[in-house]
Amino acid sequence: MSKQERTVEESMEGAVVYNVPIPKDLKDMDGMAPIIVKSPYQVDYIHSYGQDSPFFAGLANKRLLGTHCTSCGYTFATPRKACMECGGVCEWVELPQEGRMHSFTVCHFGSEEFLPECPYVLALVEFDGVNSLFLTRVVGLDPTAPSLDWIGMKVKARFRRLSRLKPTDVWFEPV
Amino acid sequence: MRPVYVLSGGVSKFAKARPDKTFQGLVKEAWDESIADLGLEPKQAIELVDGSVASYFSDHFQRQLMSGIMAQDYLGLVPKPSHRVEGGGATGGLCFQEAWKSVASGSMEVCVAYGFETMSHVQTWKGNEFIALASDVSFDYPVGGFYSGYYAMMVVRHMQEFGTTVEQMAMVSVKNHRNALHNPYAQKRMAITVEDVRRSPMVAWPLTRLDICTMSDGAAAMWLASEEGLARIEKATGRRLPRVKVASIGRGTDAMRMSDRPHLDLDTFTAKYALPIEQDAASRSYYRDLWERGARYPGIHSFRAGRMASKQAYERAGIQDPMKQLDFVELHDAYTSSEIQTYEDMGLCRYGEGGPLAVSGRTFLPGIDYGVGFPAASECPVNPSGGLIACGHPVGATGLMQGVFALWQLQGTIGRHFGNPRLQVANARRGAIHSHAGTGTYVTVSILEREGQGGTP
Repeated sequence: MSKQERTVEESMEGAVVYNVPIPKDLKDMDGMAPIIVKSPYQVDYIHSYGQDSPFFAGLANKRLLGTHCTSCGYTFATPRKACMECGGVCEWVELPQEGRMHSFTVCHFGSEEFLPECPYVLALVEFDGVNSLFLTRVVGLDPTAPSLDWIGMKVKARFRRLSRLKPTDVWFEPV
Repeated sequence: MRPVYVLSGGVSKFAKARPDKTFQGLVKEAWDESIADLGLEPKQAIELVDGSVASYFSDHFQRQLMSGIMAQDYLGLVPKPSHRVEGGGATGGLCFQEAWKSVASGSMEVCVAYGFETMSHVQTWKGNEFIALASDVSFDYPVGGFYSGYYAMMVVRHMQEFGTTVEQMAMVSVKNHRNALHNPYAQKRMAITVEDVRRSPMVAWPLTRLDICTMSDGAAAMWLASEEGLARIEKATGRRLPRVKVASIGRGTDAMRMSDRPHLDLDTFTAKYALPIEQDAASRSYYRDLWERGARYPGIHSFRAGRMASKQAYERAGIQDPMKQLDFVELHDAYTSSEIQTYEDMGLCRYGEGGPLAVSGRTFLPGIDYGVGFPAASECPVNPSGGLIACGHPVGATGLMQGVFALWQLQGTIGRHFGNPRLQVANARRGAIHSHAGTGTYVTVSILEREGQGGTP
């Protein structure tokens, strides 16, 4: 099938094909261009934070909650109700609202959902007396001038006034 | 466990998009190559196989559940037993090991491992979103989920702890892209320089586009068999096959969330994670200094799962010094940074020495033009095929693609398969394949070994 035989209209979404001609001899069929169709896919997920829900209640009240193992004493900045170290039961504890940048990056590209926010700074924050780290956005740094000097920088938690009950209800800024 | 042999393999052409075929057609392409290599007719091949394992990562990319069975029936392998495995980026490596288990356990005499991914069905940024769903959707994904961002944070810490540089990372890209110039299966074949890598658009600081593998459509297939299965196929073809054996397998895991990775003390590292080669006085003193300067293990800079998988595979294969005892490694270089981190996990050097190793020349092939000279000679080529960075990363196919290229190295048939012998590792007797998921969550290492003489060009 030659290109001239197709009735194709170009649009912003690609080609709109109204009809696809078929050659008389079926032996020629394998040489045809593949037919590509497009379909939308949208869905609302009902996601429960389950046993981790108190963390999000904390954010809504401008408090940063982690968990502490009642058996071995390990403290998790990102909460876990079951201790990864010993299998013990963890209880809720309040974390300090000031910590240090453990590592970071500047995202200039990303998932579709976050593209409008590029460039943004992602960081892992460490807290005194807490064994694990916390993933967050850092606001207030120049995304065009990243440097290893940012590591160790003191940062403090800021909270959304109107909670969206997402981990982005908290972010950090340099002290 | 019985000895397991790897008989044959096939790889489809990897490309950004393969609209010419559905995923079943891509698997068929790889399967057809694997049976042609054995000298079998399609009907004969179907009769000789006892069952299969299917490898694919995402159900989102093509919005098709139970794709595995559609590949199985397309190949004509129904009603033989099969199952699907999934473990993120390590899906292919896990599939290879599940096929090994099927044979080693006595459940099957001949098992085919096939894998595929078609990632072109959505735009790149939507693909990034799907991949980022392989991070905790309560705590990680909503913060700005992006895998290149996660790997960037890990290597930033590696740079801070060990002084690793972006130029050392870029050299990995130069090596893998230039190796791929001689591999017709590869998606990106480019004679680039360190400057090209650094001038390429920034994706997640400090990783540029040329530090990162691309999304691909593609498939791969491998045949594994017991001694009895091998005899069955040799009888059918009247040909004697090279004896390439699976010497051992190893696996490890780590927490999904990077933030949960522990920071262990030196005694725990030495007791549980150090390799035998790291137990000598010099290494002990090296690590003591590292810990005194503040390093902890694994933190976010190292992949504990990769070390566990390597340690297990080496112990079972009797490998003490991987740099000397492996003739080549095909490892999961989704990022230039993760190739450097994996050198360390796999014990090709000590933790912290990956950056210098990447520019030493020891992991490069002899006789390939890299545009620069090196202080040391080639010792254990890493990703002679071009790796994920240059070959592409159709997730479910990737770990099997590494297995096929490793098999051809050990058979000494790279020249025949690639149309030129430039990437053939001379006298290759033993190689490792390494498959890696998430931010280091599932990792597999498998050791392949040729019995008798090593493969020659």
